[in-house]
Amino acid sequence: MINFEYIRASSVKAAVEALAKNPTGGFIAGGTNLIDLMKRGVTAPTRLIDINNLPLKQVEETSAGLHIGALAINSEVSANDLVKNNYPLLSMAFAAGASAQLRNMATVGGNMMQKTRCSYFYDTAMPCNKRQPGSGCGALQGHNRMHAIFGASDKCIAVHPSDMCVALAALNATVTVSGPKGERKILFTDFHRLPGDKPELDNTLQKGEIITGVIIPKNTFNKNHYLKIRDRASYAFALISVAAALEVSGDTIKKASLAMGGVAHKPWRLTEAEKFLVGKTATKENFSKAADLAIKGAKGYGHNNFKLKMAPIAIVEALMIATGIA
Amino acid sequence: MDNNCKNEGRRDFLKKSTALAALAVASPALVKAGENDEKIAALFEKIPLNIEVNGKAFSLSVEPRTTLLDFIREQLHLFGTKKGCDYGQCGACTVHVDGERINSCLSLAVMNEGKKITTIEGLANGEELHPMQKAFIKHDGFQCGYCTPGQIMSAVACINEGHANSRDEVREFMSGNICRCGAYPNIVDAIMQTKKEGSTHD
Repeated sequence: MINFEYIRASSVKAAVEALAKNPTGGFIAGGTNLIDLMKRGVTAPTRLIDINNLPLKQVEETSAGLHIGALAINSEVSANDLVKNNYPLLSMAFAAGASAQLRNMATVGGNMMQKTRCSYFYDTAMPCNKRQPGSGCGALQGHNRMHAIFGASDKCIAVHPSDMCVALAALNATVTVSGPKGERKILFTDFHRLPGDKPELDNTLQKGEIITGVIIPKNTFNKNHYLKIRDRASYAFALISVAAALEVSGDTIKKASLAMGGVAHKPWRLTEAEKFLVGKTATKENFSKAADLAIKGAKGYGHNNFKLKMAPIAIVEALMIATGIA
Repeated sequence: MDNNCKNEGRRDFLKKSTALAALAVASPALVKAGENDEKIAALFEKIPLNIEVNGKAFSLSVEPRTTLLDFIREQLHLFGTKKGCDYGQCGACTVHVDGERINSCLSLAVMNEGKKITTIEGLANGEELHPMQKAFIKHDGFQCGYCTPGQIMSAVACINEGHANSRDEVREFMSGNICRCGAYPNIVDAIMQTKKEGSTHD
């Protein structure tokens, strides 16, 4: 690992200022993705600003909904009674991510900031537009079994690996950020971006901004499930995951929110399927129709063609489990 | 002791040489002309670190890039904690920080200022092995033994967290510890027995 200057920030303001003074630096929280990338020579910040002492660890219910600080630890949020009881989808997604050790280190803000990535991004001997803009994409014609089926471009077909983010996208969360120009809010679904012509950008944070937390609106979804399909039973990235949240009254679906992981450069909301489900009865037949709508426009790249078949099955399965039909 | 000091010096020398070599080949974006002197100075700027390891307080200096794992092994000479993959995938480096299990290979030592670390060497009570250590021996929870310190540290935390209520739960919450010899059934046996007997301490 190439050495760097190390600074501890004592306030959000000090952290933002410390980064402004050294634009080739970066923040470090849990470090589980950043240190990994630094060891492999994929990234080499010249200054690391340790933000672990900032007062951003709260998990509390407010009038706006659930407020989670950017530095709340993944395992603690997952085990928090407020989260388990009132936002079960989020708790399930946390529990499905990484390993027990990594969940004890990873923060909520860091989870959002982990790179959208694939093995070509990690291999510095291979071309990768995300790591080195303009160098090409190794995955397009290469091994692309883990890769995107939605929203990819000819520059990048990597997927965002987070489980937490898929749940937050489905729960209509908002991200709060602070920066040189003050504070602002970003809709969670606008936080991560599609690769387009700039795959080096994973999200819409502006230069020098820091995530301070997320707010999830008061949860009215009474049927929730996070389904994760992976190569081994635990501690693996999703081949496909589905966050399903429904508000069902009697047999009728009043509200539907669906997002998928492992399929795109960002958590992928299934808006057409959601629209279809509202007002319908909760039956397998309706779930199947919704799933067919959801995968319209999906595209395989060879090795990942199996995802085209797996995606609708996973959507139906998640909805069946959420509603207790399965 | 003399020998240790000599080795320490040599290691430091090797590290610095490697760092300089890395700097020399670093891309122009990283090291702009004219900044070299400043960069080299910053390169060796060690950060003071106060940390408690296995009940003993240490005040030392570390390079920012030193991981907690390398600090424990190379500066404290506690070689029980193992370096397996060094990328957070295998769990061989698992230690407890303020009672919580983490991958020490993915934490910078300087991020652990003021923290209390427990490594495999800190688990036994004098000559009396920790119940989990005894259970691993009794159930033959290893073959080559390389992953064992990490497995045991993770297993103790797994029970303390309340995540050892069934064999399935143990398998899920121990998934961050890989055993290439495949001693998993015996590892689960050891954890289930320790959980049943209800005596863990950190």
